[in-house]
Amino acid sequence: MSQIHTLTMPKWGLSMTEGRVDTWLKQEGDRVEKGDELLDVETDKISSSVETPFSGVLKRVLARPDETLSVGALLAIIVDGEVSDAQIEEVIQRFQAEFVPATDAAESSGPAAQKVELEGRTVRYFDLGEGGTPLVLIHGFGGDLNNWLFNHQALAAERRVIALDLPGHGESGKSLRTGDLDELSHSVLALLDHLDINTAHLAGHSMGGAVALNIARLAPQRVASLVLIASAGLGSEINGEYLQGFIDASNRNALRPQLMKLFSDPGLVNRQMLEDMLKFKRLEGVDSALRQLVGQLFPDARQAVGLRAQVEHKPSLVIWGADDAIIPVSHAQGLAAQVKILPAQGHMVQMEAAEQVNRLIEGFLKDL
Amino acid sequence: MARKITYQQAINEALAQEMRRDPSVFIIGEDVAGGAGAPGEQDAWGGVLGVTKGLYAQFPGRVLDAPLSEIGYVGAAVGAATQGMRPVCELMFVDFAGCCLDQILNQAAKFRYMFGGKAVTPLVIRTMVGAGLRAAAQHSQMLTSLWTHIPGLKVVCPSSPYDAKGLLIQAIRDNDPVIFCEHKMLYGMQGEVPEELYTIPFGEANFLREGNDVTLVTYGRMVHLAMEAAANLARQGIDCEVLDLRTTSPMDEDSILESVEKTGRLVVIDEANPRCSMATDISAMVAQKAFDSLKAPIEMVTAPHTPVPFSDALEDMYIPNAAKIEAAVRKISEKRSAA
Repeated sequence: MSQIHTLTMPKWGLSMTEGRVDTWLKQEGDRVEKGDELLDVETDKISSSVETPFSGVLKRVLARPDETLSVGALLAIIVDGEVSDAQIEEVIQRFQAEFVPATDAAESSGPAAQKVELEGRTVRYFDLGEGGTPLVLIHGFGGDLNNWLFNHQALAAERRVIALDLPGHGESGKSLRTGDLDELSHSVLALLDHLDINTAHLAGHSMGGAVALNIARLAPQRVASLVLIASAGLGSEINGEYLQGFIDASNRNALRPQLMKLFSDPGLVNRQMLEDMLKFKRLEGVDSALRQLVGQLFPDARQAVGLRAQVEHKPSLVIWGADDAIIPVSHAQGLAAQVKILPAQGHMVQMEAAEQVNRLIEGFLKDL
Repeated sequence: MARKITYQQAINEALAQEMRRDPSVFIIGEDVAGGAGAPGEQDAWGGVLGVTKGLYAQFPGRVLDAPLSEIGYVGAAVGAATQGMRPVCELMFVDFAGCCLDQILNQAAKFRYMFGGKAVTPLVIRTMVGAGLRAAAQHSQMLTSLWTHIPGLKVVCPSSPYDAKGLLIQAIRDNDPVIFCEHKMLYGMQGEVPEELYTIPFGEANFLREGNDVTLVTYGRMVHLAMEAAANLARQGIDCEVLDLRTTSPMDEDSILESVEKTGRLVVIDEANPRCSMATDISAMVAQKAFDSLKAPIEMVTAPHTPVPFSDALEDMYIPNAAKIEAAVRKISEKRSAA
């Protein structure tokens, strides 16, 4: 049976409202298979490839390079089987007539970040999806819940997904007491208590991985499994030059070379990313929180806390970019876990190789 | 995602948060108290356009309504700043500067130099600037370049709620006198502003749009017109980079030069009158330091050399607009083939 599929502008994360078409990787008339990358799209946060969810022939390319389109706008027509041009035109015209770009109001009525006061501190979090054992996403040092921009919605298709800002980060309270892993871990547990979640899968990136491991140590009964992405806590080396450079950077030009170390494609570090990071770093209390955390967790360019032993107590998936410049991929060796090394990827692998990481996490959780 | 508030609310919030943090911060000016339901003369306007509304009740004794004498209350603020206080003085309209110029030009701006670097004058003068409110020649001037001309002063002109809050907090904490120019047409503008305190350093221009063909340098309300023009020009295939200076003194020369070295073309947009203005200042700087990068003459889009007209139609013609900016960009872009 013939089918006419519409490929639309994807929504990568909650804050995306539009994307700019960069280049088409396939031409009109090309045969495409489900999962093929058809075009590159740039948002104000990051650029990524759009994969086709359909197999067939790329019949019409409707979005021109450099065009900025709303989420949900028509990008292309993919046809499976034999159809006439008139039928394709009819689908295009009907789509364009009915398409209403999401407005700010519609966006704000969707799932938005929430804030709650827990133990005297504001905690910002997302709570998306339903069902199953919830998955909690814990970002790394200097990050926030938007580090999961390209993950949380995809993962929330199967289960409830929570992402939070750790103390000292994002829009959560900035003041730290001890500034150690236990304080960060307790803030995650306090959020689980608040949300009445008894047991959760924990996915941590970088420092967030060490937080997940530490929660497994402190409260093993609360942890169903661990997903450790470029995780801290699994070895002693860490890029001290990056940590110091990141903390000390107070303007774009000082920050740029530091952020470039995080990505395999340094071109992703654009002015918007630098501005967003500077906005965070300029908030009152952030500088001292970051310094306190480094002093506790990564003093003298070493990782102070080793938690490798926790891995074998829980079903664990370890994901690492082979070219990680912050925490060496060698820390993934010899762990009692499923280990996936993604070639040519850097430290922010969950952003740069989001589709791959999402598939790995979904597969791992499904098989538990 | 973050909360949205207006430019006016962002300024009010910066004042409130700094007053809460630092007991040496206080407000003085004409009609600045009010909006608090206080009795009698204490409950005036909360600022002529309501920017300081509600602060009087939160900070009793620290929001001082002054008599209608700029020489008196600006002088008092300058004096208080030399004695360990951090006054935020509201000069209602920048057009009234003539009534207190000695206090600013010859006192506040000079103390650090006259007393061997030992005196600090942490004073902020908040003042409304710009045309567009049908307020005629005596309440509509854009005098940013007048202040920028005077060494010893720092001059700030925010274009968004986010910048207004961060720059005002920085101004209050700065140990030199700062002229903080608030564009009256921007007070209602909404934008995302963090609830927490934060600062934006002086002398750091903001790249609002990246582009390779033409650099647009501007500040204050003109930033929005430059962005509008850039969006229109993008549809015609001209890719503009837009720089918001944020502060005209100090000025981020490096970012201007970095951008012009990339694009080779510069349009400076300044709401002020054209003689001895930011437009001429920036043009001269670029001509001197990046001459070899220029592929076309520098263009300036400014108000004409005339007072702001009272007639609505004439005022609209007086203020630079997106169409004038687009025309200037097209004019120097046509020289592409010669480059």
